[in-house]
Amino acid sequence: MNRAYEVIIIGGGPAGLSAGLYASRARLSTLLIEKGIIGGQIANAAHVENYPGFPDGISGLELTQAMHRQAKKYGLETVAAEVIGITLNERGKVIKTTEGEYRAKAVIIAVGAEPNRLGVPGEEKFLGKGVSYCATCDGPFFKDQMVAVVGGGDSAVEEGVLLTRFASKVILIHRRNRLRASRLLQERAFANKKIEFLWDTVVEDILGPDRVRGLRVRNVKTGDRSTLEVSGVFFYVGLHPGTDYLRGLLPLDEEGHIPTGEGMETEIPGIFAAGDVRKNSPRQVITAAGEGATAAISAEKFLSE
Amino acid sequence: MAKPIEVDDKTFDQTVLKANTPVLVDFWAPWCAPCKAVAPILDDLAAEYEGRLGIARLNVDEAPVNASKYGISAIPTMLLFKEGKPVGQIVGFRPKAELKKALEEILT
Repeated sequence: MNRAYEVIIIGGGPAGLSAGLYASRARLSTLLIEKGIIGGQIANAAHVENYPGFPDGISGLELTQAMHRQAKKYGLETVAAEVIGITLNERGKVIKTTEGEYRAKAVIIAVGAEPNRLGVPGEEKFLGKGVSYCATCDGPFFKDQMVAVVGGGDSAVEEGVLLTRFASKVILIHRRNRLRASRLLQERAFANKKIEFLWDTVVEDILGPDRVRGLRVRNVKTGDRSTLEVSGVFFYVGLHPGTDYLRGLLPLDEEGHIPTGEGMETEIPGIFAAGDVRKNSPRQVITAAGEGATAAISAEKFLSE
Repeated sequence: MAKPIEVDDKTFDQTVLKANTPVLVDFWAPWCAPCKAVAPILDDLAAEYEGRLGIARLNVDEAPVNASKYGISAIPTMLLFKEGKPVGQIVGFRPKAELKKALEEILT
């Protein structure tokens, strides 16, 4: 088995797959390492409406599977493994994984981000028993039931609207008094009669005992507590990059994002970062794809120098 | 080489509950992206655990009775059955090494 490549990409979301497409077409031997789902976070989205070229929208799964097919067509290899660490030596970069070590001359880090846990009592205990982080996966199990969505960004609002296809009512709980989601998504949610909004409200407790039966919530302005009867709760409370193993190798910001220059280069020559893991990335599929392509072009330049 | 067995509401009792070995049942659906990532790992495990553990896959669309009987409300969910009873569950996608660790903990 080949263990040495010109380019190794870590992460198989839109950034990594686009980097793979460009690196493979540059005729660089390229390996993509993904620990979980080829397609990344967006593979869980039922409907992507803001990726140009698909006027009727496309499911996140279909879009990313197509990206994968396209990159494979030009020679991108993939392996299912989790990266544990990266070290540098005189010959290049050594990537330690759960499936052994790989060597590369250039590395593109496109590991994206993982959904945050809110950290309330019952969240772990009721995972799979009413607590969910994927409305596309689990929405159909809540037919004609009341559910809550926690969050106020694009994902919370988009998936809240999706859930109205199944649930009898969706209560959107947000800690502020206005949404962060795009205006179009907000309009859609406000026009949906099945969605009710609970503003300035936080979840304090998930009520059981055997599965989710309700939520205890608190209004942050008045301090009033109340109980909601719901049988499901979907959390969309932000994402965090999984970059702990890079601390000590690369400078990271407080949340773990990687600062880069214009060409997606990090402080270490030959290591690039692209997509949601990058500091100040706009966190869109289109920008992740663009950053992945940019990183691959920069890696090609680096290898030819 | 052993492969995961597809089960539905008709074959569930015979294949899972009356099996001679413990059986890990993966509840999945075609619309679920993380379920797709679980599939190749279960293919590996079916071969690695041959004789000791059966691996079955249950499409919740085609086996709604059993999906509801076992209270499935998130997929992928993997339930481990021993002598006809569920004895442990793993919810959500896990990389292979983590899944094996979780599985060994319930198996022993």
